[in-house]
Amino acid sequence: MSAAEQTAEQKKFNMDTVANAAATPQTELPWAELGLKHNEFEEVVKVLGRRPTAAELAMYSVMWSEHCSYKSSKNHLRQFGDKVTEEMKKDMLVGIGENAGVTNLGDGWAVTFKIESHNSPTMIEPYQGAATGIGGIVRDIISMGARPVAVMDPLRFGAIDHPDTARVIHGAVAGIGGYGNSLGLPNIGGEVVFDSVYQGNPLVNALAVGIMRHEDIRLANASGLGNKVVLFGARTGGDGIGGASILSSESFDDTKPSKRPAVQVGDPFAEKVLIECCLELFKGSLVEGIQDLGAAGISCATSELASNGDGGMDIELTSVLLRDPSLTPGEILMSESQERMMAVVSPQNVAAFEAVMDKWAVEYSWLGEVTDTNRLVIKWDGEVIVDVDPRTVAHDGPVYDRPYARPQWQDALQADTFKASAAGQNLPATGAELRAALVELMASPNMCSKDWVTNQYDRYVGGNTALATPDDAGVIRVDEETGMGVALATDANGRYTYLDPYHGAQLALSESYRNVATSGAIPLAVSDCLNFGSPEDPDVMWQLAEAIRGLSDACMELGVPVTGGNVSLYNQTGTTAIHPTPVVAMLGKFDDIARRTPSGWRADADGQAIYLLGTTFDELDGSEFANIRGHLGGMPPKVDLAAEKTLGAILINASRDGMIDSAHDLSEGGLGAALGEMALRYGVGARVALDDLCERDGVDAFTALFSESQARAVVAVPRSEEVRFNDMATARQFPVVRLGVVDAASTSLEVQGQFDLDLAELREAHEATLPKYFG
Amino acid sequence: MSATELPLIGDYSTPVTALSGARIGVVTFPGTLDDRDAARAVGLAGAEAVSLWHADSDLADVDAVVIPGGFSYGDYLRAGAISRFAPMMDKIIDAANSDAKLPVLGICNGFQILTESHLLPGSMIKNDHLKFLCRDQVLRVDNNSTAWTNQYAQGEEITVVLKNQDGQYVADEKTLDALEAEGRVAFSYVGWNPNGSRRNIAGITNAAGNVVGLMPHPEHAVEAGFGPDHTGTDGLGVFASVLTHLVGGQK
Repeated sequence: MSAAEQTAEQKKFNMDTVANAAATPQTELPWAELGLKHNEFEEVVKVLGRRPTAAELAMYSVMWSEHCSYKSSKNHLRQFGDKVTEEMKKDMLVGIGENAGVTNLGDGWAVTFKIESHNSPTMIEPYQGAATGIGGIVRDIISMGARPVAVMDPLRFGAIDHPDTARVIHGAVAGIGGYGNSLGLPNIGGEVVFDSVYQGNPLVNALAVGIMRHEDIRLANASGLGNKVVLFGARTGGDGIGGASILSSESFDDTKPSKRPAVQVGDPFAEKVLIECCLELFKGSLVEGIQDLGAAGISCATSELASNGDGGMDIELTSVLLRDPSLTPGEILMSESQERMMAVVSPQNVAAFEAVMDKWAVEYSWLGEVTDTNRLVIKWDGEVIVDVDPRTVAHDGPVYDRPYARPQWQDALQADTFKASAAGQNLPATGAELRAALVELMASPNMCSKDWVTNQYDRYVGGNTALATPDDAGVIRVDEETGMGVALATDANGRYTYLDPYHGAQLALSESYRNVATSGAIPLAVSDCLNFGSPEDPDVMWQLAEAIRGLSDACMELGVPVTGGNVSLYNQTGTTAIHPTPVVAMLGKFDDIARRTPSGWRADADGQAIYLLGTTFDELDGSEFANIRGHLGGMPPKVDLAAEKTLGAILINASRDGMIDSAHDLSEGGLGAALGEMALRYGVGARVALDDLCERDGVDAFTALFSESQARAVVAVPRSEEVRFNDMATARQFPVVRLGVVDAASTSLEVQGQFDLDLAELREAHEATLPKYFG
Repeated sequence: MSATELPLIGDYSTPVTALSGARIGVVTFPGTLDDRDAARAVGLAGAEAVSLWHADSDLADVDAVVIPGGFSYGDYLRAGAISRFAPMMDKIIDAANSDAKLPVLGICNGFQILTESHLLPGSMIKNDHLKFLCRDQVLRVDNNSTAWTNQYAQGEEITVVLKNQDGQYVADEKTLDALEAEGRVAFSYVGWNPNGSRRNIAGITNAAGNVVGLMPHPEHAVEAGFGPDHTGTDGLGVFASVLTHLVGGQK
């Protein structure tokens, strides 16, 4: 179809112009079907001083959705910006509010990273839902002017043996792999958790990290009168219309758009070309402002660019290149078709911009220009169909103080401790029982090897991956000359957060901090993805409020600022919400990644001393051990941020000074799981004894092996460094106990006086679980 | 460009002065992923990496060519099927078949492009288990007389990275028999066949030994700390081999 025919076809729509809207105030509009509440629709009318046009209504409905406006969480999220010291701001080059935060790395380098959710689309269509989650977060990173260098994905699925779990995990993992692998981005870590609470609401979060030179930082704003606005990348189609609204649990009825899939369809090749094309634009300084098209598509890009700029914007919507010529203006504005970017280009750079597009064979169309009217004006073949103050669309959406209250059941839940429960009786006590319990733990869905998942991802591409799953953190080299690099870890524990949202969120932060420090990196900044149920349920709203309060308090204490993130609400089926799951992504920095610490000992570590750092308490509530026995109650492990800080400093300094050759943090599964994982990492055995630990901390062997006390790590120390290492821990008054030695001649993990566990048997149990269920 | 600048794809320079004076082209197609890795490997081996853009038709006087891995044109239609028609490929095919016998190495997607170009026989289909697979893979060097394998011992086992979706090598029985009889299987999988390839074939060569296609990735095993298990450098021999071949050295 020619452009002229296309325009003629489009003209057949009954255009609802601004003039028409002003003349026909009584026209009924489908605001409820588009997900707006009555008070919100009235607010739109008040803002405009008239009824909105159909196109304006479409824009407001998506931009004021929960997903885009954060209307339920905004009042609480402010704490991330408020609880920040000057020291924490020191390295923050760009904070919350832009596409992604930017942190200084030194030597002129900067890093940007962000984590987002793609939960609902993945439930509906696992492959495309998960794939486009990667695509979206990668475009956020490009929008900042950075080259994406790695991705990670924390995943949470329903029960491992539920038939629908296989559908979701096969699709989601293949989608993440299919998309991410095609972009040439190593996937360096994440999590895989199974719990029936996620049965109808799997959590698929995606993180991307990018690096750039300071001068390359780009922001999403449209400034400079007369500058041109261009849309480039894939064509706009009917996919993903209302995606943001679905994410806000406000799905369409049986109107025209609802017949189309609300899940976007990804084209990784188009994205890969778009990445290279954008980097070439940045290198030539050919764009003044740039914004990716994600949720709410052109509505979001135009209103955010215009409201962040110093003027207004005039757009001709019929200039948008379409995949489907039957789309209405409202649909074009709402479409979430993937692999699209919008940029602002000064007139003198237009030719150079077009040359880059032509080189990479990327389609583009000039939509309009920056004005000085402070209005966002969108025309359809010359007729004005949108005339709004862009701030009212992008930033002045409704904000709710949702009622919240501590759930009535919370006290009973916390009183139901594991060891007092029926499930907590007949605990393993003999060596044989402890051995069997450890094998069962290491084979359990949450503790088993995740190779089935991670082997479907390319972790090597780029040649800069220094550590990846199953190590504690993913580590990427940034500068080949100096060896400077970054470490990333993502963590969350929905069970802990369910038991105590305030401390549960802090435990997620603690673990991610510990993981990054264990790899040897200095923790620098946080991005968070807050996955919760419906904010309209006061119980859930309390969980959210408590988690944000806890997380922001702890970030302040650890001195790591939140630079961005995402809130995903309405993750619930009927009245049953998921466990509150605040996923914390921690970014750390290495001056030289040659000093990174792997999570297991190699054969050449024979004879190295194995130490446990930290104190072991009787903390089994909410643990993996209790989970295997089907119990969830009591209080999660105690948060001790001061201890986390000291432990982190010890691990980082010991790594830098060559005092430790391997280290692994203790988290889910406790010491037993940590020792098992360290031995399996390179298949090298060890001999340890628990007696000194049990005597010092007043715990039995079972508690020593399976308690999930925080602020602990196991390290392997070369004999020559033992004195120095002990002195350092003592100087910091941090508890340390020698457990045993690495034994390269041994093929087992021997816990003296308790059991001898053959590594081949342990590996078999550890690695068989996912293939058994998923093929 | 300065060393601290972020290199664009197809726009890298070798940071060290090439020791051998050899210039090795690395081709970039839309969707190529491992070109910078291949260029790094070339540099570490001591040669100068020269960027070749698919749409150009000037071989820039390179002494050898690496067609790196990735998903050129998204693997749409069939892996390598579109890239094979690039103007640069015409030049490479002519040079490989010429009397000068330009050494050409195709890795992963590059191997697929070489079979699509008929520089090498057979084809690649989806892995037999239908999943993308990334793992550290043991290979045996079955022919150490090619331009790209002469620095290995015959029968040597090496560990490099394997990562592919469409890595199952297939050909008709007659071709497979001929490949084996003529010693044209350059690499084979050891221990476990990760994709169902016929006769465990991981890499093959043409009769002259100048063109080699290899499914796994030697360029991801050239630098200690970043290769298989973060230590392996077994892949460097591939790039050292072509330099030896070019300077006329003997083993």
